[in-house]
Amino acid sequence: MKLITAIIREVQLDRVREALIEADIKRITVSRVSGHGQQRIEEMYRGQIIIPDLIPKIKIEIAVNEAFVDITVDTILKSARTNGNGSVGDGKIFITPLEECIRIRTGERGGTAI
Amino acid sequence: MLVFLFFSLTGLKAADGTVIDTGATAWMLTSTALVLLMIPGLAMFYGGLVRSKNVLGTIMHSYVAMGIISVLWVIIGYSMCFGGNILGGWFGWNPDYFFLKGIDTNVMEAGIPEYVFSMFQGKFAIITPALIAGAFAERVSFKAYCFFIALWSILVYNPLCHWVWASDGFLFNMGSKGAIDFAGGTVVHISAGVSGLVAALYLGARRGYPYQVIRPNNLVITMLGAGLLWVGWFGFNAGSSISSGLSTAQALTATQVAAAAGALSWIIIESRHQGKATALGFASGILAGLVAVTPAAGVVQPWGAMVLGIIASMLCYMAIMLKNKLGYDDSLDAFGIHGIGGITGALLLVFFIRPSWMSDAATSAGGSWTILNQLGIQALAVTIAIVYAGLVTFALLFMLDRFIKIKSSEDDEMAGLDRSYHGERGYGMLNPS
Repeated sequence: MKLITAIIREVQLDRVREALIEADIKRITVSRVSGHGQQRIEEMYRGQIIIPDLIPKIKIEIAVNEAFVDITVDTILKSARTNGNGSVGDGKIFITPLEECIRIRTGERGGTAI
Repeated sequence: MLVFLFFSLTGLKAADGTVIDTGATAWMLTSTALVLLMIPGLAMFYGGLVRSKNVLGTIMHSYVAMGIISVLWVIIGYSMCFGGNILGGWFGWNPDYFFLKGIDTNVMEAGIPEYVFSMFQGKFAIITPALIAGAFAERVSFKAYCFFIALWSILVYNPLCHWVWASDGFLFNMGSKGAIDFAGGTVVHISAGVSGLVAALYLGARRGYPYQVIRPNNLVITMLGAGLLWVGWFGFNAGSSISSGLSTAQALTATQVAAAAGALSWIIIESRHQGKATALGFASGILAGLVAVTPAAGVVQPWGAMVLGIIASMLCYMAIMLKNKLGYDDSLDAFGIHGIGGITGALLLVFFIRPSWMSDAATSAGGSWTILNQLGIQALAVTIAIVYAGLVTFALLFMLDRFIKIKSSEDDEMAGLDRSYHGERGYGMLNPS
């Protein structure tokens, strides 16, 4: 089991979600986060250019069994890229080993609980 | 508005020597401010109902109307609405009203400076196109919206307002005492509701509607907005008496009763039908009641206003259920509340007219004037408003679409109106930055 964590642009959320649903990956957790990576954006505020320290992003977390890791990652890669070939600020994907998964309702453990 | 407006308008030319009635003027100034308060109220009501990415864009739909329509109103709007008939009575014109340049010292026969009347009426012209925005929320280009409401105001609102409220408008003079539209059932609510429906059908649904859940971002501001609308409506209805006296008190009472009855019946219907009395349902009921009593406030007694509020809530509730069945995307129910509520009020008010009005009408008709006679006049006025607003709105959208794409592109819609058209975010504080 793996935990796939993707940090993506806010505006790509709809596209990524729709692509994931299309690929039959429906169990996800989404949260608003702020962060700083390679991207530097300039925003206009009252006619002045400002460069925010932290840029708002969306974090998606998906726990999957091994067989689904590739399709999940590919789907996110394809749907989260902007401007065709991707641009700075499109985000990152982290994959971490997942020790255990427990469904609270039944107490089931492991792969079937995902 | 009918009777008082008639006197006040015929008095315009000889207005110079008229003495200012400070009581009436003070109330009309207050009413003008109250009607203006409805526009931020509407912005909050609509703004809370959309998703968080569209909150500023939706609020701007109301605010930008305050800018565009106020300017247009001073330049040509007041003249088109309240000038004398031109082009066969299509709308009015009076060179003195162009830029309001000839009314600097006018005092109307009602005892109020004409500036006050003009500004009061201007607020109605602002809120009407802003109401339409609810029908195509979350998917309209800001630039196209600005052009749309400007043209709509000139081609739909001004002629309708002239027909119904100007002393030489043909609906004002129809039948014995004219079509009854005290504060804007046909001019404001039916025209905005029907135009909204046409626009919603023309633009098509939002992305993902109705399968994807589209939830309100903040019902708290929606409730505050509905409250402000209720407060502002006292200026809208009671101010439409263009006086400060008995008819003002009658309209004020009818307004309060209808709003309360509408709100209560909505949550009763809803809790019977769906199990829970929702806050949004209460707010919708307030609006349904207020909209229905708008044309009627000057002629019905409190019990009549109460019945109108109840029936309006029932019909509007059914209209929204029907919308969900039919599947078109009138996003914030501009037609379901304003269209249906306005039609309900304009037609059914005939059954609750106070006897003194009916006997006056009989006298001026030279013998008898029945409820059915008046119902015929009301039905005709409503039909004319529906057909005219519907057709012109469609033509306008069709033409405008050749020059500016009205519907947002898919990318803009997904990113949200706030980011796409304004480069801002409504809830920056949701994220640490």
